[in-house]
Amino acid sequence: MQAKFQLRLRRERKVNRSLPVDIAIFGLLACAGAFMAAPFVFMVSTALKPLDEMFLFPPTFIVRHPTLDNFYDLFLIFANSWVPLSRYIFNTFFVAFLGTAGHVVLASMAAYPLAKLRLPGGNLLFTLVVLSLMFAPQVTSIPNYLTVSWLGLLNTYWSLIFPAFATSLGLFLMKQFMEQIPDSLLEAAKIDGASEYRIFWNIVMPIVKPAWLTLIIFSFKGLWGTGTGGQGASFIYSEQLKTMDYAFSQILSGGFVRSGPMAAAALIMMLVPVAIFIMTQSNVIQTMSTSGMKD
Amino acid sequence: MSEVEQVHMKLPDPTRSVSPPAPGRNPGKLAALMQQMRQQKQGYVLLAPYFVLFFVFTAFPVLMAFALSFTYFNVLEPPKWIGWDNYATLFIKDEVFLIALKNTLLFAVITGPISYIACFMLAWLINELSPKLRAVVTLLFYAPSISGNVYLIWQVAFSGDSFGYVNAFLMKWGFILEPIQWLQDPKYMLFIIMLVQLWLSLGTAFLAFIAGLQGLDKTLIEAGAIDGVKNRWQELWHITLPSMRPQLMFGAVMQITSSFAVADVATNMAGFPSPQYAAHTIVTHLNDYGTIRFEMGYSCAIASVLFVIMLGTNMVIQKLLRKVGE
Repeated sequence: MQAKFQLRLRRERKVNRSLPVDIAIFGLLACAGAFMAAPFVFMVSTALKPLDEMFLFPPTFIVRHPTLDNFYDLFLIFANSWVPLSRYIFNTFFVAFLGTAGHVVLASMAAYPLAKLRLPGGNLLFTLVVLSLMFAPQVTSIPNYLTVSWLGLLNTYWSLIFPAFATSLGLFLMKQFMEQIPDSLLEAAKIDGASEYRIFWNIVMPIVKPAWLTLIIFSFKGLWGTGTGGQGASFIYSEQLKTMDYAFSQILSGGFVRSGPMAAAALIMMLVPVAIFIMTQSNVIQTMSTSGMKD
Repeated sequence: MSEVEQVHMKLPDPTRSVSPPAPGRNPGKLAALMQQMRQQKQGYVLLAPYFVLFFVFTAFPVLMAFALSFTYFNVLEPPKWIGWDNYATLFIKDEVFLIALKNTLLFAVITGPISYIACFMLAWLINELSPKLRAVVTLLFYAPSISGNVYLIWQVAFSGDSFGYVNAFLMKWGFILEPIQWLQDPKYMLFIIMLVQLWLSLGTAFLAFIAGLQGLDKTLIEAGAIDGVKNRWQELWHITLPSMRPQLMFGAVMQITSSFAVADVATNMAGFPSPQYAAHTIVTHLNDYGTIRFEMGYSCAIASVLFVIMLGTNMVIQKLLRKVGE
């Protein structure tokens, strides 16, 4: 890999570059990569360790006799639980899918007029959205709890889904991306007599596909782990409405012996968001190139 | 000027309040405005669903938090107006809050800048790689921030017995004789949480930087080389950074906001409440009063303080970043 990499750099002969520094950079990246990757290696290795190997001294970094016992144990732990694991899985998928779908549609709908129509008050609304990026959602967690309870949404899926619809990062990214669409394209459709709704749905939405793939990964990642965040913990108190990540987070309370099943659970949980990111990476990068802020 | 940059030109300045077209003194202007709004009816219909929810769950709650912060409110009885009492208690009587404030600022001052610079430098280094390798490394660096609970593995690594990786390693090589209680000892707790926080911090800002670097205008760099830019450091300072300013500002917002909001990692790693409150932050303090003690007025005062700190820091940093490369 390394030889090929250096060859490639030489062939390209970029300006302002020298080989020694290129090698140093490669070394630095390798160190950073090792730091980033180590926990993942530990986790996979812990998930595959049999119980006796867990208590070796010194502990083995890489598993010697890999086994799937921990995954089996994970399901065994839930076999006796009052709420079956399948219900937690359903809850997570339901909340994550519905929340993400609604967010993508609503945020795109709102982004189009802000980006392309000159609405009185539009700039003010967008400024509010930008300002809301500047504080963490925890600031509004208490009022949100009160609002959700007044609306009668407490202890329903909707208490997690509705707030997710109106996340501000999604609207911000979508609006920035839509500004790239040439006005001439939209004007042509307008002359043909198309309504704004038609233009939005038939012309704008297909063009901004990279942006909605980006919104999907950001929204999904948030909702996927929602059960252990501040909101999931306080908005939902019925056990049968709790999500998978909440159920899994209880495993570790069993102590160090449970770290095998815990690693197995974490491994299962990360697969879905990581898979979505792998599939959408190039689109996400394309969207983020318009994410900048300027006066 | 690149295509990307032209897009940014139209953006409103978030720090300057943009007033809507003022309702004019003469009725003609007002009528024109109404006319314009009526013409754009479809636009407002498209905006409505998102912004109704945005106001219900984001904008009004901020105002509500401010209003409730001046009351005593325990959910069962109606809120009772008590003026500045909550704030007085917060800064004068509540010693735990001062610890939380200190810890939060420590987190923000250390992990904030380090993670921001790391995001940029790593993105800049990755940009030198070939496209395929670049995609793999991007995935590796970004993965922690999307893999949910995986950071709990750090708990196993820093486990307080001799089975934890770190203790075992140090004992085997003779640095220590008996295991250290990493996550129970206030001396180490903050450092470990910072380490985990840094591991998790290559998120949205990191992606924005990678994207910004890829969209950089190549002709600018070639022109710079002709004008006497000799090495990559000069190129970074004179060409790359100034053209990246919009992304740098966006990335700063993302990193600042998350570096002040440390809570879940601290709670999961060190427990709640943590020994001697060594891992107590403003957000854990807020959750304590809001979701455990149900003193909503007091926790809203905590939220308001957090809001002011976050927004203030963001405004100052935006002002500073606007000067990059000028």
